[in-house]
This record gives sequence, C-alpha cells and structure tokens, in this order.
Amino acid sequence: MEIDVKFFASLRERMGRTSDKVTLDGDVATVSDVWNQLSSEPIPNNILVAVNKEYTDLSQELKSGDEVAFFPPVTGG
Amino acid sequence: MRVVVQEEALDPYKEIKHHEETVLESGKHGGVVSFVGTMRDFNDGEDVSAMNLDHYPGMTEKHIEQVCQEAMDGWDVMDVLVVHRVGDMYPSDPIVLVAVWSAHRASAFDACRYVINYLKERAPFWKCEVTKAGKKHWVEHNSKDPGVAESREKAV
Repeated sequence: MEIDVKFFASLRERMGRTSDKVTLDGDVATVSDVWNQLSSEPIPNNILVAVNKEYTDLSQELKSGDEVAFFPPVTGG
Repeated sequence: MRVVVQEEALDPYKEIKHHEETVLESGKHGGVVSFVGTMRDFNDGEDVSAMNLDHYPGMTEKHIEQVCQEAMDGWDVMDVLVVHRVGDMYPSDPIVLVAVWSAHRASAFDACRYVINYLKERAPFWKCEVTKAGKKHWVEHNSKDPGVAESREKAV
C-alpha cells in the first residue's frame, strides 16, 4: 500500500524533507511500520501522530492512500 | 461559527466589529468576551525579535472548528469567532483572536477560556523564534493555564 507522509516543524528539519511517500508490502500495516521505513532510529517520545488529520497513535492500522503526519508538540495560540 | 487561519496581519478589534455588523443579529447578544494573544519580545529568559508560525493546513482549521463546536455545545453561547495568524510576525503583533458572544457574561467567559486553552493544546501550530542574537529555535511547549481558582490564589 501507498502512504503519504508529512513532517512538520523541528521534525521536518531533522528529517530533511516536508513530505515523503512510503510503499508497504502486505495488506496490514500500522503507523509504526511507516516510521520504520523512514528511519532506522526509534521514533522520539514526544512526537505526535495524525492519520488523515486526526490524532492517533503508532498502533493505528492504515489503508492505501492514507496521509500520515509526524510532528512535535504543538505550540499555537 | 467562523474560523480563519491567515498570513495577513490581524486587527482583532476590526474583526470583532466586522463579525457583529455582518453576521450577528443586532441587539440579541448581551456581551462579547475576547482573548487576543500577542507576540512577546521575550521567552524563557531570552530576547525574541521575530517569530515564524508553522501549521498543518486543513488539520489546523478542523481542530479549531471542533473546539469551537464543543464550546457552543457546552455553554449557552451565540457565536464563536477565531482568527489565527501563521507565517512571519514580530513583537506585539496579534497572533490569535478568540471572541465569544452570548446573552450573559458567565457562559461567554467560560467558553472563551475553553476555546483558547484547547486550541493551544490541539491545533497543530508550531512557533519558531528568532532571538536578538539571530539564533533560531523551535518552541518546545506552551505554558499551561492553571485554571481559575489557582490563578486567583497566585494573584492575590
């Protein structure tokens, strides 16, 4: 399955890109699998995850075409 | 309810007036409570000369709208307006406006506080500050609202 990935703020700078595309084998994949394709390092503890613009966690199962975003704690307002 | 995320400069009082003149029915509300967040020239002991506010287009608006809807469901309020800046800004620039109209003041105060607190907690914005020395750094976390009772104890 094909997953669109986005990075924001300090994580975008750390990853060196604003977005990416990940192709995963098999019918079942989670957000965790996406991160493992992107980086050999474990995901930092404070990083938040959204799938299709809703907050979720690393265990969420994905379907092809989903948009997964990784970003640090939010600081608006 | 109206939620706007914009790069253009924000004039919060003009926004309130415009909303009252164009959207609200005259004479129906008993008051408006507004919160205007502005940019400080200091943070964590450092002088700050500029800031860039990054966001996740689409997710930002969606989450602010959810928070506004929760406020409208939770209190007896007539309307909520939120305008939030993104992009480059400078000390004293308004960053965010939350305005809540209601028939009576209590619900407007409570709903306004709810919206700004949960907007800060959930809406995906990120502040990147530039210090007077020219150093750039991402703000790691927002300050927490201690709640009404505790903040009064500290003040008196």
